[in-house]
Amino acid sequence: MKSEEVMEKKLVYGRPKALADCPMHYCPGCGHSIVHKLLAQLIDELEIREKCILVAPVGCSVLAYFYFKVDGCEAAHGRAPAVATGLKRVHPDKMIIAYQGDGDLLAIGTAETVHAANRGEKISVIFINNAIYGMTGGQMAPTSLARQKTATSPYGRDPADVGQPIRACELLNTLEAPLFIERCAVNNVKNTIKTKRALKKVLMNQISGKGYSFVEILSMCPTGWGVTPQQGADWVEEAMIPYYPLGNIRDR
Amino acid sequence: MAEKVLMKGNEALAESAIIAGCRHYFAYPITPQNEIPAYMARRMPQIDGTFIQAESEIAAINMVFGASAAGARAMTSSSSPGISLKQEGISYLSGAGLPAVVVNIMRGGPGLGNISGSQADYSQATRGGGHGDYRMIVLAPSSVQEMANLTIKAFDLADEYRIVVMILGDGFLGQISEPLTLPNPSGRSFNKASWALTGAAGREPHLVMSLRLSPEEALEKVNLALQEKYRVITEREKRFETYLGDDADYLLVGFGTAARICKGAVNSLRRQGVKAGLFRPISLWPFPHEELKAASRRVKKLLVVEMNSGQMLEDIRLALYASGDADSSPSSAEIDFYGKMGGTVPQIEEIIERVISYEK
Repeated sequence: MKSEEVMEKKLVYGRPKALADCPMHYCPGCGHSIVHKLLAQLIDELEIREKCILVAPVGCSVLAYFYFKVDGCEAAHGRAPAVATGLKRVHPDKMIIAYQGDGDLLAIGTAETVHAANRGEKISVIFINNAIYGMTGGQMAPTSLARQKTATSPYGRDPADVGQPIRACELLNTLEAPLFIERCAVNNVKNTIKTKRALKKVLMNQISGKGYSFVEILSMCPTGWGVTPQQGADWVEEAMIPYYPLGNIRDR
Repeated sequence: MAEKVLMKGNEALAESAIIAGCRHYFAYPITPQNEIPAYMARRMPQIDGTFIQAESEIAAINMVFGASAAGARAMTSSSSPGISLKQEGISYLSGAGLPAVVVNIMRGGPGLGNISGSQADYSQATRGGGHGDYRMIVLAPSSVQEMANLTIKAFDLADEYRIVVMILGDGFLGQISEPLTLPNPSGRSFNKASWALTGAAGREPHLVMSLRLSPEEALEKVNLALQEKYRVITEREKRFETYLGDDADYLLVGFGTAARICKGAVNSLRRQGVKAGLFRPISLWPFPHEELKAASRRVKKLLVVEMNSGQMLEDIRLALYASGDADSSPSSAEIDFYGKMGGTVPQIEEIIERVISYEK
């Protein structure tokens, strides 16, 4: 192909400008990199890169701040909503995005999650639910499914002993303040497109200063689950979605 | 001359934080510091500031983390059990190099203890308190006026060194009402543009973090830089008061509320012809080691008075008997100790009696 011909072509797909040009540490088949890409694309499309402050959690996505060309803030395990609250109260005109995993958001940080939502903090919370603690080596998460085998539930999660997995969206839906609550998934193209739509809504709500918005994204952790990437995507469809139904729960 | 006002210690501290430019305050209720959040709840809306009653002390200190990372002057306050909960956040603030002011109006412990005043968090405060190799600057006021003045100073020190500054008061200081002159702002300003999170507009992104995965390249360097900062602070920021110490035979040593009582004892002893004096550390970290050692050389005996089991006593032994400093020969002064741990103050009569017994 001659170079003149290339010049004539229109760029239809490329690395988002908000995404740093560096290799990510995520495992093959992990959902984090997909969500990162969607978020970076939206930051570009909405032209908010220079206004964003990303709060990264403790967990696999702790290094997220290296992957986005935006200001980044680390939060102690579970404390992202509190840190985001402090940031937003100082900079009400900036975009404060808390990106959290299931152990972070729904175990050690349950209080911060519920109360930031209940105050109606004008932040965007992105919740990655992959039903396991990935970074620490595959321990049981508050969202691990019944009978799911993990490092700390080697005989399978026994709901009679440790309870049923928690549904974050439904829990937050009992509160008055949240504006937007939706559960999505990134296990296939169709679901990923819907995820991007929900993420956009979550960001738009903050741009317009309306209030607290929450998106839960069912995501794959093939390494933590001990399966191949394809099996991981299938497990989201076959095991997770039946317990965690996709769809919008609230949109005010 | 500025007008005197009558205020509780907790309220004087809160108003002084506002004078210092603090517009972001986050806390959870706990006795005996409840006047601070109540005062802030009333005042912050009047001055376009933020007060949030957080869901926990843990959330409050992390809101401080966020506000400080955003470049604002931020404060939280609590009392002993609540300060234990904040330790994780204080360690993260220290690791990330964020300024913050944390107030501990100490109460009796361990556990739930009681709601009366105590000084039993000295060791926790002066050794950092949480995990990792870090220190806070710890300031110990002994009057309502000093609670106000040191609050102004605390915000400046926090910003100057990007460090957590703890104001270590106790339930008595928090609750007593005394006339004071509200302090003026220091007038100092600190440029945070090189690190604060404000959105990466026209500049490279800023990161506020304490994770340093590479041992030699990153974490060792960060810790070496922290230790260097602590060395500079130790050199420059020691604070203490001596009272009738020059010709004293007996030197009382105490901080905060205990030092107030010691001062009364010194005055009474002097009237009885006993040459007593007082050495009062104001910065508990950095501790005025060399200064106390020098003062101890002139006296026969030290009486350390604390509202705990003798936590500062350990620093005093280090000060007098250590040989690592410039003045390397140990002091020969003896040390006696008198402590109260039940949430009560040391009795002035007992201090006087004890000092008089040294004469026999």
